[in-house]
Amino acid sequence: MRTATGLKLLGVLVGVAVAGVLIGLYVDKLSRDAGSPSYTVPVTTQGGHKVVDLTIETVAAVGPQLSPEHPDYVSYLIRNTKGMWERRTVWRLPANATVHVTIYNFDGASGLRNPLYARPQGVDGNVMTVDGKTLNVIPPDDASHTFAVPAYGLVVPIAPVADDAKNQCGYAPCAMSMAHRTIKFTFHTGKAGHFRWQCFVPCAAGWIDGFGGPMQTIGYMDGFLNVE
Amino acid sequence: MWSSPGRRVITAWIVLSVVATPIVAFVVGPLFPPGNGSAQAAEQVFDNTWMAAIVTPVICLLVVFFAYALTQFRHTGGELLDGPPLRDDPQVRMWWIGLTSVTVLFLAAFGTYELLQNGSGGGQGPKPIAIPKGNKIPVQVIAQQWQFTYRYPTYGGVETPQLVLPADTYIELHVTSLDAIHSFWAYELGVKADANPGVDNIAYVKTRGPRTFHVRCAELCGLWHGYMFDNGRVVPMSRFTAWIKSQQRDFAPIAKYLPKYATVYYPDPQRRAG
Repeated sequence: MRTATGLKLLGVLVGVAVAGVLIGLYVDKLSRDAGSPSYTVPVTTQGGHKVVDLTIETVAAVGPQLSPEHPDYVSYLIRNTKGMWERRTVWRLPANATVHVTIYNFDGASGLRNPLYARPQGVDGNVMTVDGKTLNVIPPDDASHTFAVPAYGLVVPIAPVADDAKNQCGYAPCAMSMAHRTIKFTFHTGKAGHFRWQCFVPCAAGWIDGFGGPMQTIGYMDGFLNVE
Repeated sequence: MWSSPGRRVITAWIVLSVVATPIVAFVVGPLFPPGNGSAQAAEQVFDNTWMAAIVTPVICLLVVFFAYALTQFRHTGGELLDGPPLRDDPQVRMWWIGLTSVTVLFLAAFGTYELLQNGSGGGQGPKPIAIPKGNKIPVQVIAQQWQFTYRYPTYGGVETPQLVLPADTYIELHVTSLDAIHSFWAYELGVKADANPGVDNIAYVKTRGPRTFHVRCAELCGLWHGYMFDNGRVVPMSRFTAWIKSQQRDFAPIAKYLPKYATVYYPDPQRRAG
């Protein structure tokens, strides 16, 4: 009788412990990936220094192929090593590395609520290139999106596709022959950490303050840099 | 007047209170948050110490009575019977009402007096009634999803994502928001003020020596609310002057696009925002 009770008690304790560990692992995964599978960005070494080329794009609508549940969400996408675009916004980057970023923007202007973010900050020289031209500011009302990592003091405004541009991309995937802008800049990762990135432009059409839906969902206009 | 258990409880309460109250007032109290990062923070520690010291005898009474009841009023066997009937005691009742009333009224008066000195670091709305004397440097705190930025109207209205303040200086914080409801909480400075769109919420703080402090949003404001934090710095005036010049230089390209300094903003760029 006592042995049976003891076994039951042991079983309950083991069950609770296992459940606790599983919940912990799940929460850890959620906090790291936040519903968006992480993407490990390939690293090269130049003179003993780690260098990363991060190629991403922004689209007005992600489309049914990449997001059947929210095809009309505005979104960031990342280009994988096979040249395919994926909707993943949690990126694994090496610590103390140089990151060269290229953003292809297929979206039009939305405008910034705070003009301050129209000034590139936290990147090399506090400048970016837009279609090859070096700029240290863009008109705030023209901003299509921003790429911002507040913990790094990094903000880069993204120039828009003109309203009257021909061959605009309705939804992803967008061919490179379609109207787009090319934004390039460089920043540096520091020590290891878990840093969020976001867009500061209220670009979520139809949502309160333009900041609902894709602006509040990891995997679209927000994500993490898992610097390791 | 008192039954034997009553005498024992009262005696134990007085002894415990005489020991515990000075410990709370002089040993534990000075360790209370938020520390002495500003005049307001130090005042909050003083206020919290006073209130904790006053409430200590009350807690001691509860602890003693609870412990006494648990250990002495136990059923030890035999038939389970009702206890003696409760009876009213006018003297006890009057003491109870009198002491608790005096305590509560004193705390209300004490708290009001302290608040009226300089606002105690709290947001006072657009028309503050507790305005400290002397010169103040205005600094605007602009909240947005999900970062605080800061404007310095007496330095050309420069805006920057960093909060740097001169040491030993009165600062007049004007807290507002561009979108949702946020709350500006500079913990070590003892400052907490709601950031509402269209509202100029004014709070005062007098900095002390150089230090770093934490800034957090204290109002659930969306996806990245938990990441809406930063570090601020209090630096000597000479370093502050050099820093503000560097900010004016760094953000010169955006200066022409910033709106004229105002206590509140109603930004309207949202071609898509619903």
